Amino acid sequence: MRSRHRTTPPDTDRSRTDRSLLRDSSLVWLASGIVGVSFGAVSVAGGLPLWVPVLMSLVVYAGSAQFSAVGVLLAGGGPVAAVTTGLLLNTRTAAFSLAVAEIIGTNRATRFLGAHLVTDETVAFALAQSDPVRQRRAFWISGLGLFAVWNIGVLAGGLAGGALGDTARYGLDAAFPAVLVALVLPALRRDATVRRCALLGAALALAATPAVPAGVPVLLALTGLFLHRRPTDRGAAA
Amino acid sequence: MNATLAVILALAVGTYAFRLVGPVLHGRVTVPPRVQELASAGAVVLLVALLATGALTESGGFAGWARPTGVLVGAVLAWRRAPFAVVVLGAAVTTAVLRGVGVG
Repeated sequence: MRSRHRTTPPDTDRSRTDRSLLRDSSLVWLASGIVGVSFGAVSVAGGLPLWVPVLMSLVVYAGSAQFSAVGVLLAGGGPVAAVTTGLLLNTRTAAFSLAVAEIIGTNRATRFLGAHLVTDETVAFALAQSDPVRQRRAFWISGLGLFAVWNIGVLAGGLAGGALGDTARYGLDAAFPAVLVALVLPALRRDATVRRCALLGAALALAATPAVPAGVPVLLALTGLFLHRRPTDRGAAA
Repeated sequence: MNATLAVILALAVGTYAFRLVGPVLHGRVTVPPRVQELASAGAVVLLVALLATGALTESGGFAGWARPTGVLVGAVLAWRRAPFAVVVLGAAVTTAVLRGVGVG
């Protein structure tokens, strides 16, 4: 319930809110920074020039799509598969952007800038807040910070990539699947239908991997959605 | 144009278009709940397939034991609701240690 009569918090309240948001965001920034470093390092160690991960992080700015695009490119999957996989992964940001449209703000410039900051982490962080004022500040504080940390991390990792030598030694290749596990686990825990679809999809993808070009197995996984039950029961309105 | 640059630009334009959907449609169109539901379920299905193939395979073959074991440790940490950073580092360190002692 939102009250239009809510008074604007005084400056002291606002700075206290911002401090707690900064504190909570910093852990997400730290984790994302580490993943950013690994993205830069993996890309450069795999043989891509430094500008590729750096430019991609600035203009695409979507961790899982960046990893998958670079993964497909490095595996020789070709540009079409790299773009298709990355874009399919990012279709979820359309749903996310609908969820936070009101939080971002209605001002034209705000909307266009805010849209670029829509990520899994920022959306989750914003939606977790209790009131609209806090939600908006959470979106912008975590979003701008994440953008800065991610890009600095990627640059640092890319610069260190050559010096790091074989990144496999540091286990960075295990970091990305682990990040995904952490991100999808809440959804899998919550929703048995999604869990069934995901298990079938993953099994199909794994079975297809030796036989089809890189990037295709993940697309085949979408056939797992056939197990998605229509919400016939009235109580299950999402 | 360089093929890699084309990939980056196509991804950037497409991704930004997806991100604009909410702010542009806000207050104008209602997305059917079934579509919204399938979109979010599809995202999870894609991510799980990506993590399964990413954890277990490399260039179309088995990735060796070190990586999936590290991911499994990360998964257990995530299951026990460990902080994000702990999950990521736990997976990487496990894999690094296994490789250090000679596990592929």
